[in-house]
Amino acid sequence: MDGLITLLPQLWVAAWETLYIVGLTLLLGGFGGLIAGLGLYLTRAGSILANRPVFGVLNVLVNTIRPIPFIIFLAAVQPLTRAVVGTGIGNNAMIFTIALAAMFAMARIVEQNLLTVTPGVIEAARSVGAGPVRIIFTVLLPEALGPLILGYTFIFVALVDMSAVAGYVGGGGLGAFALLYGWRQFDPVVTWAAVLLIIIFVQVVQFLGNRLARKALRR
Amino acid sequence: MTAQTPLVELRNVSKVYPATVKGAPDVTAIDDVSISIDAGDVYGIIGYSGAGKSTLVRLVNVLERSTAGQIFIDGRDVAQLPERDLRPVRLGIGMIFQQFNLLNSRTVARNVAYPLEVAGRDKAERTKRVAEMLDFVGLADKAGAYPDQLSGGQKQRVGIARALASSPALLLADEATSALDPETTNEVLELLKRVNREFGVTIIVITHEMDVIQTLATKVAVMDQGRIIERGDVFDVFSNPQQAASARFVSTVVKGLPSRPELEVLRGRHSGRIVTLAFRSDTVDQTQVFGELSRDGIAFQVVYGGINEIQGRPFGHLTLALTGDDVTIDAALDRVRALTTVTEVR
Repeated sequence: MDGLITLLPQLWVAAWETLYIVGLTLLLGGFGGLIAGLGLYLTRAGSILANRPVFGVLNVLVNTIRPIPFIIFLAAVQPLTRAVVGTGIGNNAMIFTIALAAMFAMARIVEQNLLTVTPGVIEAARSVGAGPVRIIFTVLLPEALGPLILGYTFIFVALVDMSAVAGYVGGGGLGAFALLYGWRQFDPVVTWAAVLLIIIFVQVVQFLGNRLARKALRR
Repeated sequence: MTAQTPLVELRNVSKVYPATVKGAPDVTAIDDVSISIDAGDVYGIIGYSGAGKSTLVRLVNVLERSTAGQIFIDGRDVAQLPERDLRPVRLGIGMIFQQFNLLNSRTVARNVAYPLEVAGRDKAERTKRVAEMLDFVGLADKAGAYPDQLSGGQKQRVGIARALASSPALLLADEATSALDPETTNEVLELLKRVNREFGVTIIVITHEMDVIQTLATKVAVMDQGRIIERGDVFDVFSNPQQAASARFVSTVVKGLPSRPELEVLRGRHSGRIVTLAFRSDTVDQTQVFGELSRDGIAFQVVYGGINEIQGRPFGHLTLALTGDDVTIDAALDRVRALTTVTEVR
């Protein structure tokens, strides 16, 4: 317990780092995932921009990258990370990698949520002369908003999970904190303090996500 | 534009879907259909599900592309127009659906405003038009409600208000009442009648329901396996179908002709001869027909039948069981044949 008290300043820094990494990756990966998910949805057979080659490439890409365990993915894309971020280690390299992985995970979730929109509603929009861009912004996204919010809430947890690995490449956050001060120093109290904070984060975000989704779905 | 130009004209239109499985034959949904619909018509297209009705109506506003033929809207061939050029065409064609297809994320008022947004009308104009349309369909008090708070009939009325917001000349109704109960169906049909009368909107009605054609349509085409097998005035087609397939279809909705199993029962119950007589108000006088039968003392009994009314003109079939000696009956039936169609069931 004394160990934890002396480590409190580091714990707060770690907590903020986790929030920073998760927040930024949610923004970047979430946006990338939205684009990729829309791409999958719009190009699939029978959809408004049906395009077999584009769908095929996107589909295979998502299926290939999504199942790679994150810690392996982290190492595998390091050359790309170095090229884009300038370094393969630290928080920014971590953010790039997590955002990339999150994008592919999110793409599937977005695609699935968009598929819940009744095709008839899209047909109704087409019947009054709406084009694809208008349909995306006035039909698809608003109609699927509730499930999309829940999807983003879901991916938040996956992001917290991925961010915990940051410690391996010189990044910070609660994962690195628990590894460094809890696991390596045989102090379970410190480890559990990090766990507790993560639980609080997840609870708060899930609560907010549920509320927003309920508002969007009006139930 | 001359008065003779039909509002909608399909010339030799086909729609073939490529086979979904390799080696399987292609699927012909619409097979060489030609049809001409004048401004002001309420044109019913009736047929069993799978006959191609819904596909046909989607070719008119090019939600689906035809694979052959020409589709003229107000004299202009739209069949091959690129998607971008179709948008103004579609603004002139309203459409309502079986499942209403309202946007659940928008209020009733914003649903009705949707086509006006697409058309680029300014806010003041949209607000005015939405109020007019909601007033017309009797839902002014529901402007702020969401679709999931409405009943089916109310949803369809919103659908009609939305379809008419951009003042189209043509309305496509795709099984618009098939998801509604009979009472609500009548409300919606009355509303569609007013749309035709008060706004002069031409309506193409896709349905498998006799009531809809009976109350609403002036002309009808019967579809079967992607082809139009019969067309004409509603009264003519329903009272005197020419094609076996359309007669079979009409008989499922027009009560009056006994089905085969019903005939078996009738024959078991009545020892005499069984004949079916057709009646059409303008050509056959029932009093005269029954007068001919009773003159020679033939005993007859009405064992099956029904008289329907379409556009104020009654028609129908009556099936009689006749008892008496064969020679007298034959003589009487010959005289009745001069008056109307007689079908003897053996």
